[in-house]
Amino acid sequence: MNARLNRRRFIKGVIASGVAATASGNWYSAVAERPKGAVERLLSINVNGRTRRVDVLPQETLCYTLRYKLGLTGTKLGCNRGECGACTVLIDDVTHYSCSMLTHSVKGRRVQTVEGLQAADGTLHPVQQAFIDELAPQCGFCTPGQLMAAVGLLKANPTPTREEARLGMSGNLCRCGSYDHYLNAVMRASGQRT
Amino acid sequence: MPAYDVMPDIELFQPVSVEDAAELAGRLGEKGWLLAGGQDTFGWLKDRAKSPEAMIDLKGIDALKGIRETADGIEIGAFTTITEIAENPIIKTRFNLLASAAAHVASPQIRNMGTLGGNLCQDTRCWYYRRGLSCYRAGGNTCYASGPESMNREHAVFGASRCVAVSPSDTAPALVALEATMIATSANGSREIRAEDFFVGPAVDIVNMTTLQADEILVSVRIPNTWANAEFYFEKVADRNVWDFALVSIATAMKIEGGVIRDARILCGGVECVPRRLTAVENRVVGRPKNDATGDAVAALATVGAEPLHQNQFKIPLMENLVRRALRA
Repeated sequence: MNARLNRRRFIKGVIASGVAATASGNWYSAVAERPKGAVERLLSINVNGRTRRVDVLPQETLCYTLRYKLGLTGTKLGCNRGECGACTVLIDDVTHYSCSMLTHSVKGRRVQTVEGLQAADGTLHPVQQAFIDELAPQCGFCTPGQLMAAVGLLKANPTPTREEARLGMSGNLCRCGSYDHYLNAVMRASGQRT
Repeated sequence: MPAYDVMPDIELFQPVSVEDAAELAGRLGEKGWLLAGGQDTFGWLKDRAKSPEAMIDLKGIDALKGIRETADGIEIGAFTTITEIAENPIIKTRFNLLASAAAHVASPQIRNMGTLGGNLCQDTRCWYYRRGLSCYRAGGNTCYASGPESMNREHAVFGASRCVAVSPSDTAPALVALEATMIATSANGSREIRAEDFFVGPAVDIVNMTTLQADEILVSVRIPNTWANAEFYFEKVADRNVWDFALVSIATAMKIEGGVIRDARILCGGVECVPRRLTAVENRVVGRPKNDATGDAVAALATVGAEPLHQNQFKIPLMENLVRRALRA
């Protein structure tokens, strides 16, 4: 058996071909019906330092594009209503809920997801390392969002007080209630806790 | 709530000038939907509770962004984010009431995305209405929130007229207190509206919360220097400190000279469909010192004429206590 064609790769391939077929079908009909002034569907967006060409529906949310078009499933889709923070990403270094914004609104801006945090050689981002050192996550579902909120907070305010950190992280829910551990990790990443 | 995963099919326009946006808004009318930060919009669309055919995204219009000094005050573009307002040095020094109100909006991410215009024009959070029920506000002929079994803890204690929904905005009471004006533009020109007249209750218009017409765009908010550097107080009481809307909020601006209050604007949010101006309290505090005795003397005036529903009677003492707190020395 071909070692490179394992089950996971096979399933991924089937999904990708399905996406391609569906997308191209919609694309032709959209060209024919698109009224004047409407947005182009083929979009170049800058994600984690790379320019990605992607076919985006007018109403598509950034979270959907990242997860289901670009395969960046590190960004979690929690509530899909801007009420939990699991989908937090950075746009031009500022935290945003990717479930509650259109992909079409990030043209010309820098998107950073949890996949873009580690260095090219695989070294973890200091905030990621601090999360590990403080055993911050429990189940881990909210962790990518918490990481991005922490990175965004520390970019704006590199040495926050614990209260400022609490406010900065207040847009992210944690169902396990690991809030104090996340706060410890933010304080460690800012060099104020060893 | 139905857990729809994705957005409905909808057309998207991204104009880059106010003129183009106004032209589109005029052409699309009720079928169009002005999109600013989207923090109110996407809930409506994802829940299929409202179904416009096209969104007009205002994000590309630079003229709608930023805070400028004018001859007699400041002008804030309607697309300025809530975070920018909360952190702006001019607003923090001269109109800290607005900065403080902005800092209490929703969550940090929502403040990064949401805009002042969106915060002012957002629709009410009455869940019967937002669930898509055919209530008065949605064009039907009943109110689901005012019945004897209704869940109406968050609803109005003043000014109900068939509909008992309240204004959810934190910045609206602050802007009315500061005597701000709103500039609205359509293809037919611009008009300036006093903040107090910008918000309308159900007796005036039961399906809209502002005087904006379908073809009009809120382009900016002007704050005159009238209340610059006055003594301000803002407090918001909500079930959660983050995300939640105000059960009751208070925004006050006072001018104090020689130990007594010379002039005051006192507003409450979360008690009526519009920011509620406490005129009787304002009149009574003038000439008195700002202290607990004054607070005790005037607090009861705040709730004269209130008509609470069966689950929101707590708003009466809450309002009175917020007035007391705003008047502490």
